[in-house]
Amino acid sequence: MPAPIRLRELIRTIRTARTQAEEREMIQKECAAIRSSFREEDNTYRCRNVAKLLYMHMLGYPAHFGQLECLKLIASQKFTDKRIGYLGAMLLLDERQDVHLLMTNCIKNDLNHSTQYVQGLALCTLGCMGSSEMCRDLAGEVEKLLKTSNSYLRKKAALCAVHVIRKVPELMEMFLPATKNLLSEKNHGVLHTSVVLLTEMCERSPDMLTHFRKLVPQLVRILKNLIMSGYSPEHDVSGISDPFLQVRILRLLRILGKSDDDSSEAMNDILAQVATNTETSKNVGNAILFPLLQTDHNAVQRHRSTIVDCLKDLDVSIKRRAMELSFALVNGNNIRGMMKELLYFLDSCDPEFKADCASGVFLAAEKYAPSKRWHIDTIMRVLTTAGSYVRDDSVPNLIQLITNSVEMHAYTVQRLYKALLDDISQQPLVQVASWCIGEYGDLLVSGQCEEEEPIQVKDEVLDVLEGLLVSNLSTPVTRGYSLTAIMKLSTRFSSVNRIKKVVSIYGSSIDVELQQRAVEYNALFKKYDHMRYELRWCSTHSLLTGGRTRSHLNETGLVANLGLHSLTFMYLQLCANDLLDLLGGHDVGPVIQTALPTKPASAGGELLDLLGDLSLSGMPSMNGLKIEFTFERSNPNPNISVITIHASNTTEADMTDFVFQAAVPKTFQLQLLSPSSNVVPALNQGNITQVIRVLNPQKQQLRMRIKLTYTYKGAPVQDLAEVNNFPPQSWQ
Amino acid sequence: MIKAILIFNNHGKPRLIRFYQYFAEDLQQQIIRETFHLVSKRDDNVCNFLEGGSLIGGSDYKLIYRHYATLYFVFCVDSSESELGILDLIQVNIIQTHVFVETLDKCFENVCELDLIFHMDKVHYILQEVVMGGMVLETNMNEIVGQVELQNRMEKSEGGLSAAPARAVSAVKNMNLPEIPRNINIGDINIKVPSLSPF
Repeated sequence: MPAPIRLRELIRTIRTARTQAEEREMIQKECAAIRSSFREEDNTYRCRNVAKLLYMHMLGYPAHFGQLECLKLIASQKFTDKRIGYLGAMLLLDERQDVHLLMTNCIKNDLNHSTQYVQGLALCTLGCMGSSEMCRDLAGEVEKLLKTSNSYLRKKAALCAVHVIRKVPELMEMFLPATKNLLSEKNHGVLHTSVVLLTEMCERSPDMLTHFRKLVPQLVRILKNLIMSGYSPEHDVSGISDPFLQVRILRLLRILGKSDDDSSEAMNDILAQVATNTETSKNVGNAILFPLLQTDHNAVQRHRSTIVDCLKDLDVSIKRRAMELSFALVNGNNIRGMMKELLYFLDSCDPEFKADCASGVFLAAEKYAPSKRWHIDTIMRVLTTAGSYVRDDSVPNLIQLITNSVEMHAYTVQRLYKALLDDISQQPLVQVASWCIGEYGDLLVSGQCEEEEPIQVKDEVLDVLEGLLVSNLSTPVTRGYSLTAIMKLSTRFSSVNRIKKVVSIYGSSIDVELQQRAVEYNALFKKYDHMRYELRWCSTHSLLTGGRTRSHLNETGLVANLGLHSLTFMYLQLCANDLLDLLGGHDVGPVIQTALPTKPASAGGELLDLLGDLSLSGMPSMNGLKIEFTFERSNPNPNISVITIHASNTTEADMTDFVFQAAVPKTFQLQLLSPSSNVVPALNQGNITQVIRVLNPQKQQLRMRIKLTYTYKGAPVQDLAEVNNFPPQSWQ
Repeated sequence: MIKAILIFNNHGKPRLIRFYQYFAEDLQQQIIRETFHLVSKRDDNVCNFLEGGSLIGGSDYKLIYRHYATLYFVFCVDSSESELGILDLIQVNIIQTHVFVETLDKCFENVCELDLIFHMDKVHYILQEVVMGGMVLETNMNEIVGQVELQNRMEKSEGGLSAAPARAVSAVKNMNLPEIPRNINIGDINIKVPSLSPF
């Protein structure tokens, strides 16, 4: 059989292949040759064949039939064989295959070999793919090599130990004695891997951590030597002496120094020194600086200027870290300076940073603002420079902030208005500005802010807001804000007619959201004009501070803008009683005392015989109107009470356009069916009946607020009353 | 921890692949392809790292790469450490790639892609002295080069990988071949002659 071709031959041949198919053919041919060669148990050429196999494996072809051959190579006496054999084992085998266990004995022997490179090979293989069983068997050997004076072996043993600990954590104790004088090594490779080993042990066990705390002075000394010693060509990278080792030591110091004052003390000086000496204009410098900063925040403050300079670095990743660090560093003392830098950064940074930077600025400003005025100015600056990148949720937060700084309202609204005049393209700015103008429009024209000139003409303000409505730059959300703002101004300015006109135009807008608002505002003008003034107050206070209830009220997602819009909507639908409570202000009728007559009630066939008949004879006549309640329990759902009201009129005139409305607390649900008619005839000649179904799943005390409106002798009449004394049987 | 080290050329052909965590063969090839796609799309002036592709573990891993002429050197590292810790990891690994390449350069005397192609095993051996079990072993270039040299010498004394019979080797060595010039200088053209070892 001719000698198998050399690796280089194979590579050359494969490179001549012009198509994937050709390559595959060549490889298959060669694989067949290799297989037959393996069958012949040829020791001379085995290494060559395995090398070729590894090459083919790299190209993606199956090579598993070479696994056993690798083992044979490892067992060979020749260094060449062992070298390629171990490489093959690392590339082709893993602990999933049982075959790998056969290596254990070979590795054990090789760990004790006379040639250090063979020992090195064994350590390398064990440290890369040793399974837990192998590690358990061979940990003792590794531990022995950890104590050797041969630095080549010692560094490999250290990393191998790390692998063993990861695979079999219980064995960690075993390596403890060997670590005693690891740090007294001069060889940087050993130091480096030793620090890695110590770090791994400290991270895994708090006991180890405490034990190794005493190493802090030693680590500090090593670090000092690294910095102080002159130029060392061997370890120099871009002018810094062995940055890898410095980084590793800093990380270990960080872990050791955590929540331990003594250690931190010892470290402080050296950390400061490292930071000062490290030139940060290069990647390497920054690599060292960052773990440093994690370690000690005080040291960090000293390097604020460095970090701020990093904001101007060209590398995108450095800019991002510098930005994050800057925000972490901001405190009450340096807020003004830092903010200046950060705002400058915001102006000039890439768009990908603007959103995060803006949010960071808002947060920092909220926490540390030295004065309200500064705060507002900062917000304004962000909105005007990076307005389109500000996050959507910032808008309601900002509005809340502005609301809370009461004394700044006039100043804020003036500035926002001026900003609007300049530029209406940045939506968050426009939204906040419209909201403020709507709320504080009166301050805008009244001239309460001494510094700014009052806007002379109210129409100008309305012009601006209307301009927003028609502009192509405004998003639908913004249009919603401006329409609402215009509406709010109807109570602050006197040009109500103009506002009415605008609102009615948008009643036929294509945008459904806008149309809905406009229709409701129109309704507000027509039917509930008296409410307009009250709603003004509600919008500002109760709903913004209402908290959780907002979520079920909120249909549009514009939390801060709920005010007028949804309130109207709800009022018209009478869903939540809470709001009626808030509105207050109107006459509430006397709470009705009810007796419980045993009048036989109507209808049935249902559970009446069990409950008896219940009725509530309504209120004493309010201006001659009497309301009677009767109750039934509905089948099949026992949680539903069916209440029928009977309205009768003892006066001499009819009550026309009679509307009965009722509201119940949140835990109930109410359904009003159609009334029998809307005229209550005079002199008890007839009555109106209307059925109310109440769902009471929580079996709570039923309460109801009712409102009656009707026309009596040509004049509209309205009555409110609260009914609290429903008999328990009606709702239990 | 380094999860994988990949070297491939501008067309995605692998020149060296080393995984420090188990992946099935076909998955390994898929990862190479995926990594190539991610890395080759990048402009040369953007920063040298990005999140790992979904096959290799997604955002838990970062790919740190450098583009040298026709080759991409990619380190895939574990980024489960804290945010601040990542940056030094990245920077250190960028430097490490640089160190690795410089070491290759020293070992092969002005390394080029052909060297990597034809000496795949040697490149693995060099890498073994730099990274072990996914962790950085040695960062001193001279140390690495020295150790590799010594091991290569041991191999040579045994007859090397080709395991050609010793007699033939010495016969070739005793032939009087003219000295092969390392560099051919003609006017202002400078041709570098690749150094192929005798086997």
